Amino acid sequence: MAPVTLKKLVKSYGNVDVVHGIDLEVKDREFIALVGPSGCGKSTTLRMIAGLEDISGGVVEIGGKPVNDLPPRARNISMVFQSYALYPHMTVRENMGFSLKIGKVAQSDIDTRVNEAAAILDLDKLMDRRPSQLSGGQRQRVAMGRAIVRQPDVFLFDEPLSNLDAKLRTQVRTEIKRLHAKVQSTMIYVTHDQVEAMTLSDRIVIMRDGHIEQVGTPEEVFKRPATRFVAGFIGSPPMNLNDATVADGKLVFAGGQSLPLPIAFRGKVAAGDKVIFGLRPDDIYPTGHGLNSGEATDVHEMELPVSITEPLGNETLLFVTMAQREWVSRMLNPRPMEAGEMVKFSFDLSQAHLFSPETGKTLRS
Amino acid sequence: MDQNTSHRYKRRGLKLLHLVGLFLAMLIICLPGLWIVLSSLRPTVEIMAKPPVWIPQDLSLDAYRAMFGGAGQGGIPVWEYFRNSLIISITSTIIALTVGMAGGYAFARYKFKGKSGIFLGFMLTRAVPGIALSLPLFMIFARVGIIDTHFAMILIYVALNVPFTIWLIDGFFRQVPKDLAEAAQIDGCTRWQAFWQVEFPLAGPGIASAGIFAFLTSWNEYALASQITRSVNSKTLPVGLLDYTSEFTIDWRGMCALAVVMIIPALTLTFIIQKHLVSGLTFGAVKG
Repeated sequence: MAPVTLKKLVKSYGNVDVVHGIDLEVKDREFIALVGPSGCGKSTTLRMIAGLEDISGGVVEIGGKPVNDLPPRARNISMVFQSYALYPHMTVRENMGFSLKIGKVAQSDIDTRVNEAAAILDLDKLMDRRPSQLSGGQRQRVAMGRAIVRQPDVFLFDEPLSNLDAKLRTQVRTEIKRLHAKVQSTMIYVTHDQVEAMTLSDRIVIMRDGHIEQVGTPEEVFKRPATRFVAGFIGSPPMNLNDATVADGKLVFAGGQSLPLPIAFRGKVAAGDKVIFGLRPDDIYPTGHGLNSGEATDVHEMELPVSITEPLGNETLLFVTMAQREWVSRMLNPRPMEAGEMVKFSFDLSQAHLFSPETGKTLRS
Repeated sequence: MDQNTSHRYKRRGLKLLHLVGLFLAMLIICLPGLWIVLSSLRPTVEIMAKPPVWIPQDLSLDAYRAMFGGAGQGGIPVWEYFRNSLIISITSTIIALTVGMAGGYAFARYKFKGKSGIFLGFMLTRAVPGIALSLPLFMIFARVGIIDTHFAMILIYVALNVPFTIWLIDGFFRQVPKDLAEAAQIDGCTRWQAFWQVEFPLAGPGIASAGIFAFLTSWNEYALASQITRSVNSKTLPVGLLDYTSEFTIDWRGMCALAVVMIIPALTLTFIIQKHLVSGLTFGAVKG
């Protein structure tokens, strides 16, 4: 059980920096997800915490002590690899007990701890099989079992679900969450899938190009994205983002169509300012089919043509054309709708975001 | 006859054809070996007969008796040759494997300057015909004074085998996913332990096959050994074969008998080790 602190952590290969001095504090027993597109430095950061990658600059602290010079084995961590990395020449039981055997723990203790972990993960019946005789999901569980047996201070997960099919992924995701509730260790989880990050973690770290864009709870990063990138990355389907110019209490889009300036931003932007306007699909809906129909405080209504409908059963995604661009709208309690139909849409502007086109940062402050 | 039955007959027929084909191929491959064994048991008249005598008339173990009978009675110092061959082959194989493992691992796992150049250099040494080196080698070894020693032969065979063992073992270490060694390190191993506990057992079959190749190369090599070895001090079995040739005659029967004696240990070793060459051991390490 230990907090993990990164201070001005840098990783460079030759002259190329891939992680640019990031700072992060992971609290004891916290589940934190590092998320971002591929190449954003999240895996490299994790591997630096694990000690598998040399640290080019800055400090990694585990349990309050710098570990820069400690080899992986001395950091008391466990890691679940994307490839599972099970030892193919050992049985499941040997795989799980390997770290204890290396640590010269008595065989009877090894057995107890391995059996405990097996019970948690429901692996009892597979103990004498080899990894090649297991399915993907089972291998994944063995990899987690191997991590638990070590009773580490910190669990590290490197995209552990990306080799599983979609159905299994949801299932194992829940198992990981349950595991965290049970073992109460600090967990750092790397993924490129924002849904995994949202569902699992206490806090999310969104990374891009070796920088941290935002750190916050799933609710914070969803409701109050700090940058345009976070706004576009978190949420599915992604937020509608469009360039606009502020003019006299209005936001004017390309082609001349406009929306009123959201109340929350009045006084924060001046006429002539260029901004990026963002509004989630949930906040654009055919009038009467929204999340908070009737209660929203800053709603603007507009008739627009529907170009494509994507029914999902409980809801329908509508693509509408406005300002020379398609906007995605989410219709709850859907009614049948034809493409080309003119529909009255509500824009809930109390949920709108404005970002600066230069810095990408939010203009809400 | 319904469709299923006709299909079944067709499949059985094909299988039979397949087996007959295999048998014929194996017969062609094995015939020379069989001929050597047969020739070692029959008198020279029968060996040299034209047209060849296919069914042996007169089988005896005389050649073997004479061979082990010691010098003087047409025998050769076969025990000494055997000992020399064994010492030279085993020692050079062990050294070549050790160097090959270290080198192969380095090539498979580490990045360093001039890596591909060095690797190519190793491979190029194999392009030089060994016999072209025999004269320079002889001159240098004579100068240094190690002609007719085990040491000289071991040195040559290590040099001959190392590029090959490195190349082969490199390939096998490449197949062992890097993640495994990393997982082992996180599980509490030092770099060294991770190698011996995880990577070595997984590359084991490859190392074993590299060992067989190195051993057989040393065991069977003739050209260089015939230059460097002079006496029972270091003569190996292939060079010993030449003892059966004299100015006007060649004792084909004796030569074949010695060839059989040479083949048996090599065959036994290969047989023992090939059981451990379980391939596909790494399957299941990574991915689903």
